[in-house]
Amino acid sequence: MSSFSASGGMTTTSASATETEAEASPNTKLPISALPEMARTLRRHIVTMIGAAGSGHPGGSLSAVEIVATLYFHTMRHDKANPHWPDRDRFIMSKGHGAPLLYATLAEAGYLSLSELSTLRRAGSRLQGHTDMTLTPGVEMSAGSLGQGLSFGLGVALAGRLDGRDYRVYVLTGDGECDEGQIWEAAMAAAHFKVDNLVAIVDHNELQIDGWVRNIMNLEPLADKWRAFGWYAMEVDGHDLGQIIAALERAKSVKGQPTAIIAHTIKGKGVSFMENNVEFHGRAPTQEEVARALAELG
Amino acid sequence: MPLELSTREVYGQTLAKLGRERPDIVVLDADLSKSTYTSLFAHEFPLRFFDCGIAEQNMMGIAAGLAASGKTVFASTFAVFATARCFDQLRMSIAQPGLNVKVVGTHGGITVGEDGASHHAVEDLALACALPGFRVVVPADGVEVSQVVQVAAETPGPFYIRCSRPKTPVVCDDGYRFQLGKAAVMREGRDATIIATGIMVPLALAAAETLALEGIACRVLNMSTLKPLDEGAISRAAQETGAIVTAEEHLLQGGLGSAVAQAVAESHPVPMSFVALRDTYAKSGSPDELLRRHGLTAEDIAQTVRGVVGRKGRGR
Repeated sequence: MSSFSASGGMTTTSASATETEAEASPNTKLPISALPEMARTLRRHIVTMIGAAGSGHPGGSLSAVEIVATLYFHTMRHDKANPHWPDRDRFIMSKGHGAPLLYATLAEAGYLSLSELSTLRRAGSRLQGHTDMTLTPGVEMSAGSLGQGLSFGLGVALAGRLDGRDYRVYVLTGDGECDEGQIWEAAMAAAHFKVDNLVAIVDHNELQIDGWVRNIMNLEPLADKWRAFGWYAMEVDGHDLGQIIAALERAKSVKGQPTAIIAHTIKGKGVSFMENNVEFHGRAPTQEEVARALAELG
Repeated sequence: MPLELSTREVYGQTLAKLGRERPDIVVLDADLSKSTYTSLFAHEFPLRFFDCGIAEQNMMGIAAGLAASGKTVFASTFAVFATARCFDQLRMSIAQPGLNVKVVGTHGGITVGEDGASHHAVEDLALACALPGFRVVVPADGVEVSQVVQVAAETPGPFYIRCSRPKTPVVCDDGYRFQLGKAAVMREGRDATIIATGIMVPLALAAAETLALEGIACRVLNMSTLKPLDEGAISRAAQETGAIVTAEEHLLQGGLGSAVAQAVAESHPVPMSFVALRDTYAKSGSPDELLRRHGLTAEDIAQTVRGVVGRKGRGR
């Protein structure tokens, strides 16, 4: 499991990738060496927010931290001052229960104030329990009922092609979410329409609410399924920043077909008592647990 | 023989015409483009048309993504599949963010006929009306559908528009102007009001004709917009005619009759009765045969009006 270290291999495998990022927005781009610290910060926000809210889904937010941090602070072209910039790259959080991760990221990227994070799930807050595109700057899709984000992302990708824009669309789905038939309808259609500005990233943390994915509804061979549907598929360690960066870069060179990245992750990553613990799919930590988690995260 | 037009065919023609004026219009279908007549748009604008195959949930998601990116999207399939098959996609991907998607279901009601219950859309209006922010329109004929589609294209936000499979009589004259959320008075009368929608409008006019010979003068409202409902016209009908009958090609629950009854209850309660499908699914048969079997003919409307007029003034 050594490859699951958040810092392992990060600087060596992806140094060349940064050369292509001239268009990335300067206001959010971080040096690769700063990404592990950003990941740690996001995890602290997630635990604190959900603890304060008293409800929420820590496990699936923590598992995708490196993926979303890489997208917003390294790979994507976006501008916090212009959330509706037509040429921005789009991140679509199809697994809408990962909202705390997205809010924390948007706050660190400057779309929201950090103080607003403490309003999560409260009446009147812009930070809904599941993502709401009408309320939160930078949120691209209202999600929460699983399986719908890939279709939505495909629509966004097709609009980009119709308009001659070169933006890219990144859709994050859960692995349990891949139980939904609509995911595979969208997978078939995206390959059929030959969109190559669409990347699906599966947060493959192996757990869904009722237990291990392999026991509840087996998905394997997952990468081969995407390939069979006509996608270019890669598997990465979803906590290895170097592997994530390299895969996102390689996806840019894939032409005539969409790309799927199966990111092997650990649910609850970074907090020992949440890791691989399905209880924390949808339970908030107590204040005592928040304190322990923050102490661990440092 | 009065002029007859197919609302779905005029829908397709109107879409193709709008496509020439509006480069932002994108059209989706789910392997029924020849039946919904979106094929007319597809033929002229192949790059702006996507056949999503037999996958309605995915189609509505793609529609939402296109709309979120600035497109005006028309998504079509049979009415039953456009609503019941993908209700959660309508709800979360389109209604909750209020995206600019026009869902146009052809083959509404039981006049789909011989294909049978699986293809009869009898809950579609209840489902669509339940969605906050959706406008729900059932054009009465081929003249009105053209204007409805045009207005929908010009009005931001989600719509559900229901068209029919068979050709139906044209009842709107050349000067007719559709207004979203406004009922059209098709005939004046003081003794009762028939509020009808879709293909029931010509049947309501025929019923009014019959009743006039008996000395019962009926107002006939074409309530093409079910949502937002023209509560003013309903209230005036209650106050000025004292009795109301609704007529729809849909289950009684959640459709026109329910909505009108709510409005009447809140404004000016009067005797009411309803012509609608009663808690059942129809079977295979010709459209006319099915309308007869399920009490949806002009004579059924007339008989219902006689009953409700008889209750006037006898206490409610």
